[in-house]
Amino acid sequence: MIEWFSYAQIAVAVLAGVFCLVVGFSGRIPNDYTLGATALIEVLLVIQFVVALLAPAFGNDARGDVLEFYVYAVSALLLPAAAVFWALIDRTKWSTVILGVACLAIAVMVFRMNEIWLVQNV
Amino acid sequence: MPTESLPVPVTSPARRPRIAGVGRVLVVIYAILALGAFGRSLVQIIQQFDQAPLAYTLSAVSAFVYIVATVALVARGAVWYRVAWITISFEMVGVLVVGTLSVVAPELFAHASVWSYYGVGYLFIPLVLPVLGMIWLSKNRPVRGEIVADTDGSPAGTASGTPPTTTPDNAQ
Repeated sequence: MIEWFSYAQIAVAVLAGVFCLVVGFSGRIPNDYTLGATALIEVLLVIQFVVALLAPAFGNDARGDVLEFYVYAVSALLLPAAAVFWALIDRTKWSTVILGVACLAIAVMVFRMNEIWLVQNV
Repeated sequence: MPTESLPVPVTSPARRPRIAGVGRVLVVIYAILALGAFGRSLVQIIQQFDQAPLAYTLSAVSAFVYIVATVALVARGAVWYRVAWITISFEMVGVLVVGTLSVVAPELFAHASVWSYYGVGYLFIPLVLPVLGMIWLSKNRPVRGEIVADTDGSPAGTASGTPPTTTPDNAQ
């Protein structure tokens, strides 16, 4: 993982999460903005996944547990996709709230992934 | 016409989903926790089960219980309602007992489990979630009998030529 990219990703996920929560609690059903924000989180996760796959080839090895890292990485990839899928089926304001919950969960998971890659076993 | 071709008796009760409104958010948080607990226990059991068998067995059990609780919250009917109560109560007891034990007897739970230190590794969500779940369950008891179908089943009943009360038999 690249440290600055992870922190940027966490920041974007928190912003997207808060945005979706606010929009959701204000009573709006999922729209292009909230779905787009969640999709952006998913795109960043895919980039992060590719970066993590390639990084060891450039001498950037994970310090922590690689299996644990990839369990987080794969789980994280599933979450926004599932939330968007849910939001397309269930057209209520609660789906917007769920998009926000998923984005915030991603922020926590990326933080953990970052810890595993950079801090664990140092 | 679509109304003619639809298998009307099967869909006629137009069932209200068991989970609606804010309860759906609860289900999603349960699902995320189930995913997290499952992933973590998988890693622990594959890599270091012999280091802390008790804590890791508990991790696996709690992951399983979270998965069952998620399903039970979504599924309808009195049986699933009871399963939801049992699993959520189990979580409540689990987080309190294991949380307390990890404080007073840390050698037993030195290795992280979902419930160690009252779920601090999961932002205390394991401590808060069962309470929210119980509040939700107590406010949303399952509707008894098939009387639900009478309120909105009349068009379907006339279309299929049978009274709405017999639709559960036709559905089988």
